[in-house]
Amino acid sequence: MSEIRQMNMIQAINSALDVSMERDENVCVFGEDVGFYGGVFRATAGLQEKYGKTRSFDTPINECGIVGVAVGMAAYGLRPVAEIQFADYIYPGLDQIVSEAARLRYRSAGDFTAPLVIRTPSGGGIFGGQTHSQSPESIFTHICGIKTVIPSTPYDAKGLLIAAIEDPDPVVFFEPKRIYNGPFDGHYDNPVMPWTKHPASQVPEGHYAIELGKANIVREGGDLTILAYGTMVHVVLAEVEAMGVDAEIIDLRTLLPLDIDTIEASVKKTGRCVIVHEATRTSGFGAELSALVQERCFYHLETPIQRVTGFDTPYPHSLEWAYFPGPVRTRLAIEKAMEDVSGDI
Amino acid sequence: MGSDKSRRNLAPLELHVPEPRYRPGDEVDFKEIEVPAAGETRRPDIGDGHDDMRDLAYGLVRVLDEDGNAVGPWDPKLDAETLRKMLGAMQLVRAYDQRMFRAQRQGKTSFYMKSTGEEAVAVAATFALQRDDMCFPSYRQQGILIARDWDLVDMMNQVYSNSGDRLKGRQLPIMYSTREGGFFTISGNLATQYPNAVGWAMASAAKGDTRIAATWTGEGSTAEGDFHSACTFAAVYKAPVILNVVNNQWAISSFAGFAGGDQTTFAARAVGYGIAGLRVDGNDALAVYAATQWAAERARTNKGPSLIELFTYRAEGHSTSDDPSQYRSSQEAEKWPLGDPIARLKDHLIALGEWDEERQEELEKDCTERVRAAAKQSEKLGILGHGLHQPLETMFEEVFEEMPWHLKEQLDEMLAENEAADRVCKTR
Repeated sequence: MSEIRQMNMIQAINSALDVSMERDENVCVFGEDVGFYGGVFRATAGLQEKYGKTRSFDTPINECGIVGVAVGMAAYGLRPVAEIQFADYIYPGLDQIVSEAARLRYRSAGDFTAPLVIRTPSGGGIFGGQTHSQSPESIFTHICGIKTVIPSTPYDAKGLLIAAIEDPDPVVFFEPKRIYNGPFDGHYDNPVMPWTKHPASQVPEGHYAIELGKANIVREGGDLTILAYGTMVHVVLAEVEAMGVDAEIIDLRTLLPLDIDTIEASVKKTGRCVIVHEATRTSGFGAELSALVQERCFYHLETPIQRVTGFDTPYPHSLEWAYFPGPVRTRLAIEKAMEDVSGDI
Repeated sequence: MGSDKSRRNLAPLELHVPEPRYRPGDEVDFKEIEVPAAGETRRPDIGDGHDDMRDLAYGLVRVLDEDGNAVGPWDPKLDAETLRKMLGAMQLVRAYDQRMFRAQRQGKTSFYMKSTGEEAVAVAATFALQRDDMCFPSYRQQGILIARDWDLVDMMNQVYSNSGDRLKGRQLPIMYSTREGGFFTISGNLATQYPNAVGWAMASAAKGDTRIAATWTGEGSTAEGDFHSACTFAAVYKAPVILNVVNNQWAISSFAGFAGGDQTTFAARAVGYGIAGLRVDGNDALAVYAATQWAAERARTNKGPSLIELFTYRAEGHSTSDDPSQYRSSQEAEKWPLGDPIARLKDHLIALGEWDEERQEELEKDCTERVRAAAKQSEKLGILGHGLHQPLETMFEEVFEEMPWHLKEQLDEMLAENEAADRVCKTR
């Protein structure tokens, strides 16, 4: 058993990279400002010093190139972990993700593969405006051949990132930047909470992996099921506690492949479902979840499935907190899901 | 595999990863930077073909010498009044940057980016353009607006994201936008404005207009595909556009070598595309003016695009979010061999007998006072996060010209949520 250490999410991600690079010399990390500086969020700090410049290095500002060379390196046999500085900057790399990383295995009938990870900070709540706040995960779940992961705690971030690096297929790994330094309950006026008081900040220093495709039941309950991931897990948990409702909260952790069994069992138990994500609503991942729940749990549902999401506008700067799907939006959706509709039928 | 045996005696390959000359704590001498004497670089005729001026992409257009004299074929021979105006605008940019940077540190806004040391790049170029030429800047050319006498209060309203912000609080600070000011809306994603500028210029040409476009990007962002797309289209259609590359040596923590700067100059990018390329001392306001004027005339007379590398130095951090002492030697700014653009233009005016230290001091005081007064006025309209923001409904406006049903529905939801917030607060 390795030692347990207090870590925030940045430190946990750094530790996952460190452990992976230590164990496998094919693992390398790169991206804009990743090498000497250690990343603008410091997620790769110390890695260049420890593993040298050929395994941790800066890149030109070209996301297409970053993803494209990662595909080439992976095809050679390396395990590249590329960083895209903000998820909002990933789009120039999209062709390489959609047409190359996601397709190598299929089109070469397994002859070439791309076991790479693209790490990228996502989400808002930091006054980053429309180019530093987006949550584009559903663009990636829509691509055939990419796995999509979003952790919500330091412990999960480390275990999931290690699993992503060891996975034989390409993984896009979103890091909710609002919770890098502490869990965020959506009450932006309150003092910032550090990770230190959260049990999931107790992270083993050594190697461990959390299997991709397995959700985490954050809170067991019988009244309704709430599906969330990333920052929203903490917002939902706080609001559920405040309302005193007996909700079952499922942190999806991996969007694709999705842990459908856990979702299905929970909704069949509770008969009510609320889906919460920060991303825009239309064609968001909530739409997919809603369809799956409806297809599989229709005869168990007592009220319509509710979605709590960002609005379908670019992420605004000054009106950030009116945009962010915070405690009030969450509460209204839970209230709606909990309505007693039996009399209306 | 058969080839393995035959290669047994070959030396192993090595991966080259660039490394800047100086890191934190290092002594800086900048001996590696070749600085030709002012006036040394030739000035081709406007009508010369791009292939007759490839040497310019490896030279350095300089006008101001060490004694503050304007020398050589690129001297634009500006009158003293224009020079003083240019100096005034550059000084105002510096004062504005200082004030807004401090405002961010005081928690009045979320973010800021200074252009310290690069004031000539935007200001002198703008002086050489027509007022109605269209600029497609990156995030460090606030000097364009100031050189065009844009209202400081209006600029600050954007930085504060307040109720007076013409962009309705939507954009990150410094991402100005004004069609009236000939200033294209800043994206935040890098080098995207480059092909946009080329397209605007193509449209202007197709319509038989007389206006040209100018665009700016950092040397780091020339690595983006958009830069290369723009160069290709500009060359193919001989677009009336000026493509400026502001080589300020650093892209956040990555030195110019990570954009290919160790191998060749950024002006030399032009050669491969068949575009006229100039490499210019970016801290020499007269050289920037002259190069821009030359490129503008070429563009305006259907001679095609020009690419200008402005060799300068980012004297401060990338933004309020980074600490440059973590990745580069703190001696670099003071040891920069091309000096400070404001000091150099000031010295030139003094050498001409058209300026003195007292007037400079007065100018500095005046600029500080002007930005102080403007900030006071702007802050009356609110600072970020303190009440006086745009009405909530504006969030849903201008996603489309006409609001579709789903946005109308979401707008109602937001307003209902806002009302419910009071109720929820009371029950807590």
